[in-house]
This record gives sequence, structure tokens and C-alpha cells, in this order.
Amino acid sequence: MTINEKQDELIEDFDLFDEQLDKTQYIIDLGKKLPPIDEAYKTDDNLIRGCQSKVWLHCEIRDNLVHFEADSEPTAQISKGLVSLLIKVLSDEKPEDIAAAQLYFIEKIGMSNIITSRRAGGLASMIARMKEFAQSQIVPN
Amino acid sequence: MLDIQKIRQDFPILGEVVNGKPLVYFDNAATTQKPLPVLNALARYYEHYNANIHRGIHSLAEKATSAFEASRFKIQSFMNAARVEEIIFTYGTTDGINLVAQSYGRKFLKEGDEIIISTMEHHSNIVPWQMLCEEKGCVLRVIPINDAGELLMDEFEGMLSEKTKLVSVVHVSNALGTINPVAEIIEKAHAVGAKVLIDGAQASSHITIDVQALDCDFYVFSLHKLYGPTGMGVLYGKKEVLDAMPPYRGGGEMIKEVTFAKTTYNDLPYKFEAGTPNIADVVAAHNALEYVETLGKEQIAAYEHELLVYGTEALSSIEGLRLVGTAKEKVSVISFVMEGIHPEDIGVILDQQGIAVRTGHHCTQPLMQRLGIVGTSRASFAVYNTKEEIDKLVVGLERVKKMLS
Repeated sequence: MTINEKQDELIEDFDLFDEQLDKTQYIIDLGKKLPPIDEAYKTDDNLIRGCQSKVWLHCEIRDNLVHFEADSEPTAQISKGLVSLLIKVLSDEKPEDIAAAQLYFIEKIGMSNIITSRRAGGLASMIARMKEFAQSQIVPN
Repeated sequence: MLDIQKIRQDFPILGEVVNGKPLVYFDNAATTQKPLPVLNALARYYEHYNANIHRGIHSLAEKATSAFEASRFKIQSFMNAARVEEIIFTYGTTDGINLVAQSYGRKFLKEGDEIIISTMEHHSNIVPWQMLCEEKGCVLRVIPINDAGELLMDEFEGMLSEKTKLVSVVHVSNALGTINPVAEIIEKAHAVGAKVLIDGAQASSHITIDVQALDCDFYVFSLHKLYGPTGMGVLYGKKEVLDAMPPYRGGGEMIKEVTFAKTTYNDLPYKFEAGTPNIADVVAAHNALEYVETLGKEQIAAYEHELLVYGTEALSSIEGLRLVGTAKEKVSVISFVMEGIHPEDIGVILDQQGIAVRTGHHCTQPLMQRLGIVGTSRASFAVYNTKEEIDKLVVGLERVKKMLS
């Protein structure tokens, strides 16, 4: 599935819910399914700046694709859910596709009120970090 | 008895629908909503007599000036200041503290002098003093608290000495709701010759303020936490102290005469009010105070106490919820944490149910460090809140628990 196909699928999933609270519940549940990351990756270097709660992002190349793993401190469940959405959409894709990706799903799933102004900064820096890593892995032709 | 339903009609914003739910506004410690008399006063000012004050000789300027100065008299009587020129208009509590730090502090404090604050200060009553200490080589000392969130007064007494030049403490804690024994603090500080500033940001809407009875040297507060407009605050200072202080900002209004060789400064209160002030908001502040006085400050306090007692009991019944700040003397602020749940998640899920609370460190990071937590969720009540709304909060929090368990 391409990045956009994955985004469209998420948008469809969220369309099933009328209530904001149900969408939030869905995000929380997705967060719970996020595989835990290796404790060794929870380093200061992997911490995302600008988040209210602690979020770690680990990036690596696996079979020529960019693989992301992330986690948040255990109590910050909504953050974890949002992080899991980004992982779902961007992980295991080609570096050039990630670097060029337009992320439209966040607005379309109607969760802009969950991404408070305080949280937006953290989310933006997480996306920036993911794209930066992808950019650095593009092999010039 | 206050007619709360009637009072609610005075606050149009309470009719708002947020995320499809009727608004429950429990973030009053951050800012209160504004009643119609305040909103109307703002509109009336701009519609009918907006003009720059003091220097104009035309009718509008006269009218604006007299409304502006009438607010000063109103505030004088509101806090029982001895003289009207002891009331300085500022942009808010933070601005008032900075004025004292930069004017009084820079002139009168020197290396080795000590400034005492407390563990429960808002950053606005920490950072201006740290900046001063850095510049002048003064020492900042901090009164510790107990686990309930009360000042350890014995420790405070032990800190006082001839080195103590200034004590700056909060009247009511924004994060915990604790009412501090400021009269005792002032008396003890004065006994060693120190000046005292009281940060009344949270107190002014809940407690009757009498600066002469307190005998404080400075008292600061903001009108926006007192049903008034944002961007407008008050610094009260004793006349002899303010007279001895140099101006802090230069500009128009604060001068007597300007030549390139020398400028002489205006008298109190104008020497501290450089530039065009926040005229409209000062004017409307009058209506905010009038509104509070019409309801009756004691009645408001009694009703808010009722909400505090009701809310404390209701929230305590939620399993896994722990109250933070359990001082004997409290205003209607309830801070709490929930086991295994991040405060921000509580805030988001309550917001989706139309309930506005504050989450985070409440600009009191050192206090949170002392309490060993990252932050709290805080519900703070005002006169227009109801027990039914508190019931909704309880239901909302049960939902939070269910969603995150």
C-alpha cells in the first residue's frame, strides 16, 4: 500500500465514527496496539522535542525501506495513539516517498481538536524528524 | 442568597456549545468570563467616547479621562488603599511584579541582600526576582511547604534576618488553592525591616482585600481573573515607598517637563504609567468591580466555598483520583491527579465533553517538582458555576477512566 492509500484507509476508518469521543477511543486503542520499542532506543537523542509528554522515535533502514519505531511514556495514551498513526502511515516506505509525503489524513480524520496547539508542536517535530531521516537516506542517482 | 441561574444570564459565553455539548467552564483560575455590564462598557467606550486621556481638551477626551480616573477611585475603595495615587495601572499581575523588581529592586537591593518567596509561587513571582538576583548579586530564598500545600511558617521565621530586604509571596496558590497567612507574613517580615509584596492574582476574586489592614507594601492583581477585561492589572504601593522609587519605563504621560538636558518626572501615579494606557479596559474594570460588589463579595465567597466542599467530596469519590493541595484554608480550586493517566489526556477527553479544565504545571514547575508530579488537572470554580456542572465533571472523569483503562 502506498502512503496515500494508507492515509485514505485511515480516513475511511475514522468516518465510521460520528462522535469525537469514539474517534478518540479508537486512537487510544490503536496506541495500545503499538509494539513496544526496545528500552535501548529510549535515549535522549531519540526524544522528540516539543511534546508535552515524552515520545521517543527510532529510525533505521531495513531492506532499503525506512523503518520507524516509537513509544511514549505509558500514561500519555492519546499521544501514543497519534504516534501510532504516523508509524502506520510512514513506516516501511521508501525514503523518497516519505520525504515527499503530504500528510492530509490528520485533518481529514477530524481530530484537529485532539491536536491542541500544545500538542501540534510535538507532532510537527515528530513528522519533521521522520522526514529528515528519510531525506538523509535517499541514495542520489 | 445568590440567584445563580439569574447570574448565569449575565454571562453570554456560558450559553456556548463546545464540541456539541453545553460549555462547562471550570478554568476560572486562568481567567473568568465577563458579565454583560463589562462587555457593554467596552462597547460603549469605543462607540461613544474613545479618546486619548489627560492631555486632550475636547469633550471626548474629558469624558474618557474622567471615566479612566473614576476606575482608579473604584479600585482604591475596592482594596481600601489610603490614597488614590497609590493605585498604579499595569497590564496585569506579572507586569506589576516586574515593575517592583525593576524599579524598587534595582534601586534598593544590593549584593548579599535576600529576597524570600515560597515554593508555591507562579513563575511570574519567581523569574523577575531571579533576574534581579542575577543582576545585583542578591540571594533568593524559598519558604518550603508541607504535603498538604501549606507554608512552613517556622521555616519562614528562621529565614528572616537583617539581610531580608523583600518578601514576595502569593496570597492564594493558583495550582493548589491554598490561602496563605499573608497578614502574619507581612508582620514578621516588617519586624526585620523587609518590604512585602503580595501576589493577589488568585485572591482578588475570592477574598476581600484590605491593604491598610494587611499593611503590605505592594499588592498586585489582574482584572481578568475578577470578571474584568484582559490586559489590565493593578499595582498598589504605599505612597512613601512608591515616591522613593524611580520610574521604570520612560515615555509620554510620566514626565513633568522634558528638555534634551534634563527631564523631570510626573507625580504618582503617572510616573509609572508611561505611554497611552489601556483606557477601555481600565474603564470597564469599574463595571467588573461594581458587578462583584452588587453580588456581594462575601456572598460570592460563601457560594464558592459551597462548590468547593461539594466538588471536593464528589471528586474524592472517584477511585484512583487523588487531590493535590489539601490545605485547611482554600479557595474554590481543586487540583487532582488520576492514577496512570496523563493530565493532558484528561483535559482532551473532558474538552470533548464540553468541560474546560486546566492541565499541566500551571506555571508552577518548582511546586510540581516539590510534589513529585509532572502536573495536575485543575477545576476552578466561579460564582456562575453550579453543583450540576460538578456532577457533569464527575461523569466526565468516569468516562476518562473508562476510555483509558
